[in-house]
Amino acid sequence: MQKYFHNLGEKIIVAILTISGTVTSLTVLLIVFFLFKEGLGIFSMSPVTEGTVIAVNNRNPVTSLSASQLKEISDQNITNWQEVGGLDAPIKIFRLDDITDYFTEDQLGADFEFMPQRINEVVVKDPHILAFFPDEYISKDFGGRQLQLANITVWDFLAGREWYPTISPAVRMGVLPLILGTLWVSFGAILIALPLGLATAIYMAEIASNRVRGILKPIIELLAGIPSVVFGFFGLVVIVPLIQDIFGLPVGETALAGSVILGIMALPTIISVSEDAMRTTPRAMKEASLALGASKWQTIYKVIIPYSISGISTAAILGIGRAIGETMAVLMVTGNASVIPDTFLEPVRTIPATIAAELGEAPQGGIHYKALFALGCILFLLTLIINVTVDLVSAKNKANR
Amino acid sequence: MYNTDSKEKEYSIQTTDVKLYYGDFQALKGITMAMRKNQVTAFIGPSGCGKSTYLRCFNRMNDLIDGVRIDGEILIDGVDIYKKNIQVDDLRKHVGMVFQKPNPFPKSIFENVAYGLRVNGTKDKNFIQERVERSLHQAALWDEVKDKLKKSAFELSGGQQQRLCIARALAIEPSVLLMDEPASALDPISTAKIEELIYGLKKDYTIVIVTHNMQQAGRVSDHTAFFYLGELVEFAKTKTLFTSPKDQRTQNYITGRFG
Repeated sequence: MQKYFHNLGEKIIVAILTISGTVTSLTVLLIVFFLFKEGLGIFSMSPVTEGTVIAVNNRNPVTSLSASQLKEISDQNITNWQEVGGLDAPIKIFRLDDITDYFTEDQLGADFEFMPQRINEVVVKDPHILAFFPDEYISKDFGGRQLQLANITVWDFLAGREWYPTISPAVRMGVLPLILGTLWVSFGAILIALPLGLATAIYMAEIASNRVRGILKPIIELLAGIPSVVFGFFGLVVIVPLIQDIFGLPVGETALAGSVILGIMALPTIISVSEDAMRTTPRAMKEASLALGASKWQTIYKVIIPYSISGISTAAILGIGRAIGETMAVLMVTGNASVIPDTFLEPVRTIPATIAAELGEAPQGGIHYKALFALGCILFLLTLIINVTVDLVSAKNKANR
Repeated sequence: MYNTDSKEKEYSIQTTDVKLYYGDFQALKGITMAMRKNQVTAFIGPSGCGKSTYLRCFNRMNDLIDGVRIDGEILIDGVDIYKKNIQVDDLRKHVGMVFQKPNPFPKSIFENVAYGLRVNGTKDKNFIQERVERSLHQAALWDEVKDKLKKSAFELSGGQQQRLCIARALAIEPSVLLMDEPASALDPISTAKIEELIYGLKKDYTIVIVTHNMQQAGRVSDHTAFFYLGELVEFAKTKTLFTSPKDQRTQNYITGRFG
């Protein structure tokens, strides 16, 4: 009888473990699925700002415009229809505010009830007009022709250099500045963190006495526990003005500030992982080197570093991973200008900072919202690549021993 | 600095009243003995008797352990190796060591043997090539590895790795070779090869070997020292020690009554 209950108990425990394992894995997969479902939605959406109508006169031979042409036109860089495949005539832009140039308030009605009709009249009358207006004002018997814009393509999205997710009449969703901004800041961070972290790790693993290590180790672990917003605050108050003074910049919020802060934040990971790797170097190997008359430093760089090189690479990659995904601190110190930087002394905007800053104001289900999810997918893929690299490196490590 | 002229002195290592403490624990209780040049001296005794600790004093390997204190005097080829102005790396070039477990570096076979030369600043490629080849010959390993010098040292068998470690120690031409149970991790055939090697090496080197295996001490050594609880109990010609020990404790140990 007792045996029966014993077996039953065991089965229940196994079942609970199986269920929780399955549920956890499924949750993770669902999150990824949701991310990609929302993110990929952007490629089936038109870049026309939600609720905006783009219309031309019926006689205008132009039947389609690309999003970039539309932007050039609205920036007045293109002013003639000929440049977009039409007749040789100046483009007359009509925005809703311009309606008062054509009609008096009386003609529009007290509650703008005649607005659709009046807009229709304007579009029908002028053969060179390009009208942008909200779709609530389109009349039932609209005499102009509505233009459709091509959907955003993957190439436009990834290689586009302009990130204007809310402009009218058509949004610009080029994430290249954001991807490059993320990579710049992360690369700078690793450039700062790797030499420093490695030096500290070597010091802790090989040079420091047990007592010093006992003090240093908790301090470095403490560094890992500081919330990122505190790092951001520190960066904003200390690093940003410092960079501004040193380089004589108009603003100190630059890629460099982000790199410095991220470098500091990546230090604990790099130090503890590479220190652990170095401490796994067998004592016998160190003794063998010393017994051959090698100095301490020769032993470190000829035996210990080569022995733990894969652990050190893992540390570097994990540090990059930490830097790429970091949001708050970067948001606070990098200036968030979505331009492709030429130097570290220019403001940049990273993917996580963009998502954090803009998701709150993006209408749910809209193109901006989906674009932010697509950015999330890119970030996910970047970190996935990093994790796979870590796995490969440490697998190679095991094979080597 | 180290006087290695064999005619001039009979003894290579001379110690006077060596006491070693790990913190409060006294591991060596005043050891005075002298080891002859170009002979093999074996240290035997039960585990924890201090024989390895004593051996590791000769190339100052104990310096690496926190809280170790050493009193007394150790002269190696006329030099007091615990004097303040002694360069430890110079000492270790003069006193080579082979460890209990084979511990090659994660490098090629060639680079393992060349390591000692390289860390000592040798740049001449031909010289390194020559010396590596000679050391591998001396360690009776050349024929087995001559075609795969570029391969990782980890591809060798345990016995080959240990001979590689011996070649590595020989490459920098020490005058004293310390061996800390060099065959204890090896199979009988590899052990026999190492023993044969030790026998051949003694014309060029002063060898001190720590061993658990009394037969091994009997086969390879000229003199044997028996240690017990941090004391040197008896030190004599190997034959004398094994056939007519003077001390009761030695008698008990070699007849297998403890240890």
